[in-house]
Parts: sequence; C-alpha cells; structure tokens
Amino acid sequence: MISEKDVKYAASLSRIHLSDEEAKPLTKDLEKILHYVEKLQKLDVSKVEPTSHVLPIKNVYREDKVRSSLSQEEALKIAVEKIKGSYKVPKVIE
Amino acid sequence: MNRVPIGTKSGLVYKMTIENKQFDTVIGLEVHLQLKTQSKIFCGCANNFGAEANSQVCPVCLGLPGSLPVLNKKVLEYAVKIGLALNCKINSYIKFDRKNYYYPDLPKAYQISQYDFPVCYQGFVLVPQESSTVKKVGITRAHIEEDAGKLIHDNENNCSLVDYNRTGTPLLEIVTEPDLRSAQEAYDYLQILKLTLQYLDVSDCDMEKGSLRCDANISIRPVGETKLGVKTELKNMNSFRAVKAALTFEENRQTQVVKAGGKITQETRLWDEAKQMSITMRSKEEAHDYRYFPDPDLTPFQVDSSVIEQIRKSLPELPVDKWERIKKEYGLNDYDAWILVSSPEIAAFFEECAKLHTNYKNICNWISGSLMQEINSRKLSLGDLRITPRRLVELILKAEDGTLSNLVAKDVFRYALETDKSIDEIIQEKGLAQVSDSVTLEKIVDEIITQNENAVRQIKNGDEKPLGFLVGQAMKKTQGKANPKKIGEILKRRIIDA
Repeated sequence: MISEKDVKYAASLSRIHLSDEEAKPLTKDLEKILHYVEKLQKLDVSKVEPTSHVLPIKNVYREDKVRSSLSQEEALKIAVEKIKGSYKVPKVIE
Repeated sequence: MNRVPIGTKSGLVYKMTIENKQFDTVIGLEVHLQLKTQSKIFCGCANNFGAEANSQVCPVCLGLPGSLPVLNKKVLEYAVKIGLALNCKINSYIKFDRKNYYYPDLPKAYQISQYDFPVCYQGFVLVPQESSTVKKVGITRAHIEEDAGKLIHDNENNCSLVDYNRTGTPLLEIVTEPDLRSAQEAYDYLQILKLTLQYLDVSDCDMEKGSLRCDANISIRPVGETKLGVKTELKNMNSFRAVKAALTFEENRQTQVVKAGGKITQETRLWDEAKQMSITMRSKEEAHDYRYFPDPDLTPFQVDSSVIEQIRKSLPELPVDKWERIKKEYGLNDYDAWILVSSPEIAAFFEECAKLHTNYKNICNWISGSLMQEINSRKLSLGDLRITPRRLVELILKAEDGTLSNLVAKDVFRYALETDKSIDEIIQEKGLAQVSDSVTLEKIVDEIITQNENAVRQIKNGDEKPLGFLVGQAMKKTQGKANPKKIGEILKRRIIDA
C-alpha cells in the first residue's frame, strides 16, 4: 500500500511541490504501477542472467587524452544568472 | 562477480587495555582521492587544478541533454593499481550507478558512482605501530566516482558562486572496515595510506588542494560489547592532524553524553578548525535518500585477469616492504629506515649512494639531516637540488678521511646544492680544506695559548674543562678549517705535558 505521505516524500526528493489535489490522483496512479511491478516480481527469473545494461556490450572506454573545453563565455551562456565568471545561485549553506 | 553493497560492515572485537576505560572507540575512515589523469573521468576536459572558473567544462561536465559520458581507461587502471596495492580483490564485474541528490554543485542532479559492484573490495593495509607491532586495517571497498563542482559562498552579494571545473575529476573512494580503535590509529593509517599512494604516483595527495579528503565515522561502546554503537560522521577536516583532533574531540563528546545518561544521535558533524570543535550539520531525519540505480549511459566493465597480472607486476616496492628490506639490507634501525622510506625519491637516492659507499649509517645521517633540512626549509623536492648521489658520497668521503671537518663539510654541502662543480673544486675554490699540517696548527695553538692565560692556568691546575673552549677558539680563528682532533692533541701536549 502506498500512502499520500510516500508520494509527497518522493516528490520532495525530486524537489517537486505537490498540492493535496495533485497528490491524491498520483497516489492512485503510483499504486497501480506498483501493483504491476508486483506481478512482474512473481515471474520465475531464476534461470535468467541478471543484467544492468540493455545491450550485451562491455568495456567501452576512451583513452586518457585532453580535448578542448568550452570557453568560459560559452559555458556561462546557459546560466540564469552569472557573477565573476561563475554561475550565480541562491546562497546554499547546509 | 561479487556484490559488495554499501553499508555492510563487520566489526572486529578488540579490547582496549587502558586503565578504568569503560568504552571502546570504533572508527572507520572514508578517503576520497583525486586521481591525476590528464583528462577527466568521463570526458576530454583537462584534469588540473587552478584554472580560470568554468573554463574546463564541456556538455558532459555540465550534464547537458544528449551528452554521453565515456570512461577514461586510465581511471580504471589506476583504481586497479591502488586496489592491488591495498591487497584488495578486483571485481570480475564492474558497473556504474547514479547517486541521486539535488545540489548546485552537481549539474546532472546525480553523481556517477558505484553502488554494489565496486572495482575493489576486501583488502587490508598493514600499519606499523610504535610498539613495533603491526595493525591490520581492513579495506571494505574502493570505488570509482566523479567529483562535483566547487561552491564559493559570497556574503557580499548574498549568493553562492558555482565553478564546474572540478566536476568529473576522477575520484577513488577508499572505505575502511570499522577496525580503527583510536584517533592515533586513524592518523597512522592515513600516513601509511598516503605514502602508499605517493609510491604508486596516482595522486598529488594534497589535502590543502583537496586532492585527498577524509571523512570519519566514529562510535563508542561499552568495553566487551560486540555490537556497534550509534555512529556520527565527521567532515571538513583539512589535514591529518585535524582528523586526529576531530576524532579525539568526538570520542570525548560521545563519552560525556553517554556517561551523563544521554544517547548518541546519528548525525553528520562539521569540524571547525579555528574553534577545534565540531558542530551538527544534519541529523538522520534529514539524511539523504540517494535512490541508487544502474547508469544506462555506461556499459559494465570487466578487467581481464591478464591485465590485472600485468598491473600487479608493475607495482613498485611499497613503503612497508621497502622499510623492512632497507632495515635488513643496510643494518639501519626502525627510525632511520622509516625516514628514508618516507619519500620514494629519498629512498632511491639513499640506495644509489649505498652503491658507492658502505658506511650506510653515515649516508643515512647526511640524508635525514642536512639534505632533508634543506629540502624542507627551501620547500623544494629532491629533484630541484643539484646534489647527486655521487657528489654526496664524494663529500661524505672527504669528511670521513679528515679533509673536511664536519662543520665545513656542511658548508660544502650547501654550496654543492647550488652548483654543478665537483666537491674537490668547491673545496679548492673556497679554500675549505681542513688544516691538518702540524706547522700551521702549532702556530695557531701558540696564539691561542698566549691569548687565553686564564684558561691555560686552569688547565695546568688540573681542571681540563677549558680545553674544549680553547679548541673552539682555534676553530673560530680558522673559520672551522682546523682539524679539531689535532688541535686538541697539540693543546694537551703543550699545556699539560709541558
């Protein structure tokens, strides 16, 4: 069983603000999804090799070579606000 | 393949024998090590410290949509190298996972790390103790991950500044078992770990620059208890000494809390170096929920056993092994040998000298004395100085055969650091050869005797104490060049035997 509290917690982890009206239907949806996962968990996978990647490939490397980076100007183009060559964000002190 | 989930640690039971001790202290350390590759871990941006802010970033560093991280081969190679040096097993199946959290220094909102299949697991480090026993510290795991960006807090503008140059710097996180039992043991472990890493030449290991960082977990429990107590995590220590101070502070704090009938809260505490105390940063209620899952951007990895063997064979002799060998091979004591081993360059320099001259103890004295003094006071490394093993041995021979007094030999040594001239040339040029010819020395003694009537009288009356003073006067007169032994002999003959 999934509660509205679980949904709000998951939302807070993703920095999403949910009103009560929004949380209610999402709780139902998530409940359905988890029911489906429950079904999947009943499948016998004892003979299936576990995998963590969708393609049967491994060891895709690059050599340790330096390539040019973006310029500071280019890098800061996507900044909402910038200051002294850096991205400016609200003060964060934990 | 071996699944090594984070957070499953088994503890050893170990009893402290300190009098009236009610509690044992249990410590585990996490070291984050920046690996000194040319390029970053998942992209081709340069991996170096001190560049202009946000000038070493690319779409991968910034987590832009459509960018694809690809593992730097060297990072995996270094991780295996370190793992082998720490006696770890190398996993036959290696994968990367996403560790999810929101913070401005992490543009993707996840850090690429390793969760349950780290590169290295189940190792140990042997730490020589003062009591000439050896402490075995278990290594739970060592895994590869990427560093985050750097935040600078700007009070003036009431904001924070983000520099993403550091994102994607390759890190190896080395986690110990909760095997350490005191702040001193933690300190000793860190020293050995750092030295080992320096021998491997895989990192700058500079805590001030942040290329080696250490967090500590500490708990206490009643003596005899086998279950681990509630731990606190200590962060923000920027030197090994600070780690030791923070652990000592926390050990005392926890003991006081428990003795007063209180309970330890699981929390993260920040060390304040200026105040020499730690403060609560976040409690367990606010603890992160990282929701790890496999990163589909990166393929799994498998290091061939032949490659592992190749890396194993390329490992240099490690500090503790070298220490044991140097003690045995050159008949040096623990302390002397340890000083030589404390830097791979110094140890190599010593062994080069030892090929040319067999008075090993004297070579060691010169290296641990004059040479290390100069290196430390000039803040240089051995390679910056012009002294070579051959020239140091030439100098030592001149001091041993009496051509140079020890005092003057030290002057010659300082000259030798600054020129490429041979020791003979320096001695000649500066007129520094020790004066041992008797005619000259007799003349000097004549002068000393007439100039120091009181001292001479005292000696004649049977008090030999002023003899040393007179020898000193002769040395002063000759700028240290007179052979002090001969001066002493002549003085005795002229004053006492006369």
